[in-house]
Amino acid sequence: MHASLSFDQAPPISVPYRFFLVAPWFGATAGILLVWAGADALGSRWTPEALALTHLIALGFMLQAMCGALFQFIPVAVGGNVWRPRLVANTVQPLLLLATLLLVAGLLFGRPVLLSAAVPLFLLAIGGFVTVVALALWQTPATGMTLWAMRMAIAGLAITVLLGSLLAEALAHGFAVPIVDLTNVHLGWGLGGWALMLLAGVSYHVVPMFQLTRPYPSWFTRSFGLLLLGFLLAWSSRLLLDDALWSPLIAYPLLLILSAYAGTTLWLQYTRRRKIHDATSLYFRVAMLSMLAFAVSGTVYFLRPELGADPRFVVWLGVLALVGVFVSAITGMMYKIVPFLNWLHLQRLGAPISAVPNMKKMIPADAMTGQLRLHVLAVLMLLTAVWQPGLIRPAGLALAASFVWLGCNLAGAVRRYQGFRDQIRAAA
Amino acid sequence: MSITTPLFQHHKHCDEVFARAEDACANADWVEGEQAFALLCDQLETHFSSEEELLFPAFETATGMTSGPTEVMRGEHRQMRDLLAQMRGALAARDSDAFGGAAETLLILMQQHNMKEENILYPMCDNALGASDVGASLAARLKAS
Ligand code: HEM
Ligand SMILES: [Fe+2]
Ligand SMILES: [Fe+2]
Repeated sequence: MHASLSFDQAPPISVPYRFFLVAPWFGATAGILLVWAGADALGSRWTPEALALTHLIALGFMLQAMCGALFQFIPVAVGGNVWRPRLVANTVQPLLLLATLLLVAGLLFGRPVLLSAAVPLFLLAIGGFVTVVALALWQTPATGMTLWAMRMAIAGLAITVLLGSLLAEALAHGFAVPIVDLTNVHLGWGLGGWALMLLAGVSYHVVPMFQLTRPYPSWFTRSFGLLLLGFLLAWSSRLLLDDALWSPLIAYPLLLILSAYAGTTLWLQYTRRRKIHDATSLYFRVAMLSMLAFAVSGTVYFLRPELGADPRFVVWLGVLALVGVFVSAITGMMYKIVPFLNWLHLQRLGAPISAVPNMKKMIPADAMTGQLRLHVLAVLMLLTAVWQPGLIRPAGLALAASFVWLGCNLAGAVRRYQGFRDQIRAAA
Repeated sequence: MSITTPLFQHHKHCDEVFARAEDACANADWVEGEQAFALLCDQLETHFSSEEELLFPAFETATGMTSGPTEVMRGEHRQMRDLLAQMRGALAARDSDAFGGAAETLLILMQQHNMKEENILYPMCDNALGASDVGASLAARLKAS
């Protein structure tokens, strides 16, 4: 058993970076799509633009970044051995990229051929990824709630992709399936079962680590993942049960545990030992405040059906979840992971540590906080634009600009890595 | 209480001292910074050497694993000692930025290291060394510091 314990610090640097470097440009594409589409884009969740935007962010940005981070995180945080990471990453990443472009184009232009073409690519890319990650997660001798959350998240990803594939085929071929219910179940697993489950599991590990907070209370970590899983299963039962009372009955407690997670995280940060603030801790705060706003809005949606009847209300929820919560949290994580990986791999070249530039030399702090401000501005503009369609183009521009800035910050970090590496090698 | 509980608690104590030193130096409060940093070096050195001289050898003898996790941990101790040396230089030069950069790097490295110990290596040690007196020696040594 111990032989499978991976104590070595993870894969070649190219493995996470090939995902990280691509992700922001999908986000930038989402912004440009908004500028191009203009006022009608966010009129309802069912516009081709809204569906395309959702997946540019969910698959192009979030999934790319989260896959890259998992390759890094699994060995380091839970001692799991990922099988041939370089080979898997080199295969999965381009497939995922291509599949995402096909799906997005298919949704945007209503082309069945593109939707059908995307499905096998997703099944191959994510199927391979899920298999390799699941093996690593179930074979590690480590224990703990981060590990359990990651196991549940990877199962959530598998379910999301299967349901998404079914939806795509149904749209392409006009199968008689309950599209709306199926979409709601799909998005529940995608946003809750995969993205939030992973975010929570990773937070148990990194929030105390980056900010020296107390650990999440163990009653919380032990119940959160299971409750989330339980509510998602109940949420999925809408495919069978069609009762108007059922949805709010599941939604209220679900929104309550979201608030509990966000509130706990904010409270831990507030009472942390480390005094210093940085882009990562601020980004986490933005994400958690967005989650609270999401929970409040979600409650209003069910309490005041006359407001919820406006098709723009769900779009507002979508903006909060995707751009407010997940883009923020993921960007914050990347701003910590990338400088550290640069440092880690540079010091492995064998130079004395004093010759290795420290983490703060990898991405200028001002560039990170500047990008953070622009991102927050973009979120606020997008939220306003949901109700004021005249603002959609400027909001899209702000979104595109913030992602371009992120892309440049990350690319700059990689360039600096290469520069320092060459210096160290030349000195040796 | 398990054998490794004192080490576990000592991690938290070191975090506390780290935060004090980092905060003071970031605000150019060099008197407090010098003090907290000296304490940090002292505490971390005691911690590392307790592991290297007591816990790891006992674990290696009990399990026969000499080139596994303990070897990686020793390597990381070396890296952390080097970073402390960098911080010492920055502190002597009253260079907040250099100190902060090295401190940030030390923090992540140290936290990762501690998590690996707490989640994986310490439980393995508790299993392998359950009936030995290593625990008492560790507790005594950390308390003395
Ligand atoms: C893994 C992360 C994923 C997330 C977080 C996610 C999220 C979402 C969300 C939030 C919606 C609702 C959009 C709206 O109402 O405007 C949606 C719809 C949809 N998703 Fe995904 N999705 C993911 C993966 C996929 C994949 C891999 C596929 C295809 C293979 C896919 C295919 C679809 C389709 C076809 C629809 C909408 C169908 C319709 O018009 O009713 N999704 N997804
Ligand atoms: Fe150690
Ligand atoms: Fe330790």
